Amino acid sequence: MWLFIASDSLTFSALLMAYTYLRLASPEWPKPFHFSPSIIFSSFMTFCLLSSSLTMVMAVHAMHHGNRRKTVGWILATIFFGGSFVGLHLTEWLNLINNEHMTPFSNEWGEPLFGATFFGITGLHMTHVVIGVIYLCVIAFAVGRGKFKYEDVETAGLYWHFVDLVWMFVFPLVYLMSAKI
Amino acid sequence: MSHDLAHIDEAEHGTIKSFAVVWIILLVFTAFEVLLAYEQINPVIMLTILVGLSVVKAALIIAYFMHLKFERFSLFLTLFPMLIFCILMMMVFMPDSMRLVLMRTQ
Repeated sequence: MWLFIASDSLTFSALLMAYTYLRLASPEWPKPFHFSPSIIFSSFMTFCLLSSSLTMVMAVHAMHHGNRRKTVGWILATIFFGGSFVGLHLTEWLNLINNEHMTPFSNEWGEPLFGATFFGITGLHMTHVVIGVIYLCVIAFAVGRGKFKYEDVETAGLYWHFVDLVWMFVFPLVYLMSAKI
Repeated sequence: MSHDLAHIDEAEHGTIKSFAVVWIILLVFTAFEVLLAYEQINPVIMLTILVGLSVVKAALIIAYFMHLKFERFSLFLTLFPMLIFCILMMMVFMPDSMRLVLMRTQ
C-alpha cells in the first residue's frame, strides 16, 4: 500500500504542478468562488475529510486492541464522513454546472482551461474518495463478521489517510487560490 | 498490499490524545489558510505560503495518522527521499510559468 501511495501521490503532484503552472502563467485566471456557498462548502468538506481521518485512526486503534464492534462503529463513522464529502462535492459540482454554466471546456469568467483543471483534479480526487468508501464498506462488513486481521484495517486506513492528504493540497490550490475577494 | 510492514508495539503506537491534538492542529491550519485566501497578496507569494502550510499538514498526517513516525526508519528512507526528489524535479518548470505571464501581459 505504501508503494501504491507513493506512485499515486506522484500522479496527483503532476496534476497539481500542471495546474499551478497554468495558474501562474495566466493573468486572466478566473476567481469565481464566492465565500458562500463555494468556500463555506469546501471548508466544510475539508472538515469532513479531516474528521473522517480521525475516526479512521480510532478504528485502527480499536482493532489494535481487538475490539471488533468498536472498529466497525468507527469505520461506519468514517464512511459517513466520506459519503457526506462526496455528497457535498456533487452538490457543488451541480451548482457550478447548472447555475454558473461551467464546463470542462468553457466558462464565463475567462481562461477556458480553468474548467478542465478544476474538474480533472477534483474529479480524480472524488473518484479516490468513492473507491475509498467502497473499500471501507467491504472492510467494515468483513470485520463485523469476524474476518480480516489488524493489518487489513491498517492498510485501509493508510489509503483513507492518503485521500485526506491529497485534499490538503487540492483545497488550498484549487479553491482558495480562486476565491473571489 | 504489504502486510509484513512493521507490526508495532502497543506503547509506541500513539495515543487517542495525540490523535485528537493532531486533528485540532490540522483544523487550525485549515482555518488559517481560509483566512489567508482573503488577503490581497501576490499569487506567487500566496501560493508559496499555502503550499508550505499544506506540506506541514501532510507531514503531520503521514507521521501520526499513517503512523510512519512509529514504523521502521528504513521504510521512510525507502519511500520519501525518492518521492520528494521527483516532486522537486517537477518544479523545474515553475520559473518558466512566471516568465510566460510577463510575456503575455506585455
